[in-house]
Amino acid sequence: METIISIKPLMAVLVSLLVIPALISSSDKPNVRESWIFVAGTINLLLILSMLPVILAGKQIALTLFEFAPGAAIAFRVDGLGMLFAIVAASLYIVTSIYSIGYMRGLNEHGQTRFVSFFALAISATIGAAFSANLLTLYLFYEILSLATYPLVAHHQDEKSRISGRRYLTFILGTSIALVLPAMIYCYHVTGTLEFSTAGIFADQLSKPAATVLLLMFVFGFAKAGIMPFHTWLPAAMVAPTPVSALLHAVAVVKVGVFSIVRVMTGIFGVDLLADFNLGVVVMSIASVTILTASCIALSQDELKRRLAYSTISQLSYIIFGVALLSPQGQLGGVIHIAMHAFGKITLFFCAGAIFVATGKKYISQMSGLGKKMPFTFAAFFVGALGVIGLPPTGGFYSKWNLILGTLEAEQTIFMLVLLVSSFLNAFYFLPIVYKGFFGKSEEENEGTPVKIQEANLCLVIPLIITAIISIVLFFYPTVFVNLIKVGLGI
Amino acid sequence: MDNYPVLIVVAPLLAALFSGLAVWIEERLSYPIALTGLAISVFSAFNVLLQVITSGPIQYRMAGWAPPMGIEYRIDLLNAMVLLLVSSIGFLNLVASYKSVKQEIYDRAPSFYIVYLLFMTGLLGVTATGDLFNLYVLIEITSLTSYAMVALGDRDRGPLASLNYVFIGVIGASFYLLGVGYLYMQTGSLNMADVAHILQSHQESSIVLTAFILCIIGLWIKMAFFPMHVWLPNAYSYSPVAFARVVAPLMTKVMVYVMIRLMITVFGLDYIFKSPFLADAVVWLASIAIIFGAVMALAQKNLKKMLAYIIVCEIGYMVGGAWMGNQLGMTGAILHILNDALMTFAMFLAVGNIVYKLKDVELFNLTGLFGKMPWTMAGFVLAAFSIIGVPPTCGFFSKWYLILGAFEKGAYHFAAALVISSLICAVLFFRVFEICFFPPISEDSGHKKSHSPVVMAEAPVSMLIVSGLVSLSLIVVGLYSGTIVNTIIIPFLK
Amino acid sequence: MTDLLPLIVAKYNYWLYVILMMIGLYAMIAKNNLIKKVVGMNIFQTAIILFYVSIGYKKDATLPIIQNAHGGQDAHAAVIHAIDYINPLPHVLMLTAIVVSVATFGVAMALAVRIYQRYQTLEEDELRMRLSEK
Repeated sequence: METIISIKPLMAVLVSLLVIPALISSSDKPNVRESWIFVAGTINLLLILSMLPVILAGKQIALTLFEFAPGAAIAFRVDGLGMLFAIVAASLYIVTSIYSIGYMRGLNEHGQTRFVSFFALAISATIGAAFSANLLTLYLFYEILSLATYPLVAHHQDEKSRISGRRYLTFILGTSIALVLPAMIYCYHVTGTLEFSTAGIFADQLSKPAATVLLLMFVFGFAKAGIMPFHTWLPAAMVAPTPVSALLHAVAVVKVGVFSIVRVMTGIFGVDLLADFNLGVVVMSIASVTILTASCIALSQDELKRRLAYSTISQLSYIIFGVALLSPQGQLGGVIHIAMHAFGKITLFFCAGAIFVATGKKYISQMSGLGKKMPFTFAAFFVGALGVIGLPPTGGFYSKWNLILGTLEAEQTIFMLVLLVSSFLNAFYFLPIVYKGFFGKSEEENEGTPVKIQEANLCLVIPLIITAIISIVLFFYPTVFVNLIKVGLGI
Repeated sequence: MDNYPVLIVVAPLLAALFSGLAVWIEERLSYPIALTGLAISVFSAFNVLLQVITSGPIQYRMAGWAPPMGIEYRIDLLNAMVLLLVSSIGFLNLVASYKSVKQEIYDRAPSFYIVYLLFMTGLLGVTATGDLFNLYVLIEITSLTSYAMVALGDRDRGPLASLNYVFIGVIGASFYLLGVGYLYMQTGSLNMADVAHILQSHQESSIVLTAFILCIIGLWIKMAFFPMHVWLPNAYSYSPVAFARVVAPLMTKVMVYVMIRLMITVFGLDYIFKSPFLADAVVWLASIAIIFGAVMALAQKNLKKMLAYIIVCEIGYMVGGAWMGNQLGMTGAILHILNDALMTFAMFLAVGNIVYKLKDVELFNLTGLFGKMPWTMAGFVLAAFSIIGVPPTCGFFSKWYLILGAFEKGAYHFAAALVISSLICAVLFFRVFEICFFPPISEDSGHKKSHSPVVMAEAPVSMLIVSGLVSLSLIVVGLYSGTIVNTIIIPFLK
Repeated sequence: MTDLLPLIVAKYNYWLYVILMMIGLYAMIAKNNLIKKVVGMNIFQTAIILFYVSIGYKKDATLPIIQNAHGGQDAHAAVIHAIDYINPLPHVLMLTAIVVSVATFGVAMALAVRIYQRYQTLEEDELRMRLSEK
């Protein structure tokens, strides 16, 4: 495979980092500050897109920064998977920035400069994780991301956010230090390298029990992926302002967790080793438990953001599930779900935030009839819900379709059942919200006052319409992402 | 210039003399003289390091007397690195100390500077010398000055803490002296290289074994290795901040250096690891030290005491790494001397800034500090990350080598202890962050309350600059740890 | 037991220094009065000095001063046997060690004075009580 040396990946990581001083220095001029964000976000996206043709042509872009021991370096390597993830994160960052202007100003939040600065840092770390060439670099950015999001989760600085922040860190930092770090160093001890390669880094050095333990340490250790029982930080993190929940806890942070697990399974262990030891089924079982349990819990949640959080937990496991199928079709379906779920779920979160800003309502039970007041928001919510459930005409259908084909290809019929049941559950907890929103009666209607359209401000509505439209577009044109995955996984 | 090796040590000594004399003329002169002395030291150390890297170890004969009769300064890669580290930290701390000394020990500032210079002389001498007895004398110079310094601190508890420190310090130094006596009985020499040469033919001697055990125990007491650590928390937390900042990162680390020097240069690793039992026992003890230090740190309510126990924990890292008996562990231990000195220094600089503003560092007093002292806290956060071992700060990389070494030896308990201590440190520091991040809890706290704008009240610029520099160096050293290992540590161990 | 006694007698100097050291250590640990502790510390250091002095000594040897070394008549004629002289090096080392121990003693006494000035007592338990009241 041809490799091109370029500093573009480094620049893409640094752009959002370098803009932070500018953000801080213009903290008393909000408009200047926000325009800096867009400048950085746009440059970031353009840099990433400029690498796209090269990657699609089957080449890779690499850059080694610091090699501190043979096989353990801080290095970037852009391949199809990383590219896919980076495009999703960088493009949604711009959309979320528009949204967060509307949200933060609409609620007159405090500490906005701190908020946008740490947001930029989080994005920088996400791009870094996407472009990591080895496990060490990935771990580095994973940790930076954990730490950068703490001030965002605890943004309100009240008792509730203190408790949530604590739980957030305990789970995310605790698991990564206690499980991933020793596992990673053990890998290095055994093989002398941490470089991702499609063949895996282990040549017969691992016995089956050792491989199982190691894999489980990684799967549970990357707790950002929300595998049960290390999932409770995610609902807790919903105390954060909605832009954080939308971008970080539906896209960037959680998907860095999933992405890390995918990388470890495909790049460290390698598909062949997993298949030899029959470890795919182990991971799939763990993922299935999470998929079903989280969906059931989601049914019982009345707070909209918490319901979305549990839905995210279950959807994240789809991705791991797909990769663990170890069949080309399943892996394609799993990985592409990173993108499809991102666009769907962020739409849902945007809607939840817009409803909160416009009406102050957080609970689903209060939302009946709101669809007439906020038709655009609820229409977008419907599209987002379809995307997550996996129904046409949204991109979510494409990933679910491939996942189910994957189970057939891998001859795991029982697991196909898991997918189907879970899809039903998804429909159960999302569609009633839409139905009640449009056809239910609100208190005002009961009192007989006529309903007027009363959307949230434009900065909130435009982003959610954009992401909803993209979800639909992805149903018709998933080609770029599909090609990226095929290039990335060599399938 | 050929005299750089000795200039490193003599410059602060002469500066101490001159600033003592200068006090009779004008009190304010003592500070610039001290600064000049240490600046010369740093410059010489830097040159020596370059020289050693390019053309190998330097032997410097005091007054031209040939060893083993004369005293020899022998500088190889290891102590060239430690010399540069010690002199730079001494110099930077002096820059940051001007204001805090003025505030804390206003009436005795000149004596502070003189004693400080003597302390630095001692530390640099310990690092540079190649003579076992000379080493003892210099250790005692370092200790005597630090007794005096501790007594200068907290006016209530300082003297008693210092006196207890004296007792334990004397026991430690005496054990070492006794060990040297036994070595002399066997070899008739005091020059390290000479002793090492003669010891080759006395591998089985019980006198050598006694000497070794006595020396190592003496050093363990001096470096506060568990369970001989009891003196450290009080001594460090009651001393003046300007001194705590330098003694905490340097004193124990230099003692670890001496231990590694004795292990590698004098007794030889083959001799020490001949019977696996001893090394295993020490590694176990180190694991216990790590856990104990971390747990005790968790129980503290005062930031300075908390950090003092973290030092106890970190000493466990280095002793364990050095006794691992493989190159990876030793690499980790040596790298950690550098990293731990830097991160402890960064940590204490931040604490110094906080003390300058708040007068005390009881944890519950620190609320809302991120708003009040953002720059100081940025330094604090970086140092904390390094202690926890978050990449790319340097603490991660030494931990990396230590854990790899533990895996290679099969000492999984040591690896587990490292991981657990990282976790405890994470809890510890995030507890502090949480206190500093959240505003004081008030009755009407709720989501919609108005956050009153926080007034910034930062420490003086000189302290901030030093603190910022050192904190950034944690990342730089972390990123270049590959270079450090490849150009200094591995060639040294070969 | 029959073997032990000759062993003790033959190396009595080591036993003596060990006993002295233990006395010093005991005083430092167990005594309540700070001055007594300081005295214990001094005994401890002196024990080591004695150890060094005794290892330099040889039976039937004389002081390490060479007769007429500086231009006497038969200075060059006499053959110098190292075995005839006591080893001077440990003794010289101990000059330094004595200086160190005196300095330590001085610092310790100065600290004791400071403590006494502040609390009017040198008993450690009383001091602890006073400190915990604060």
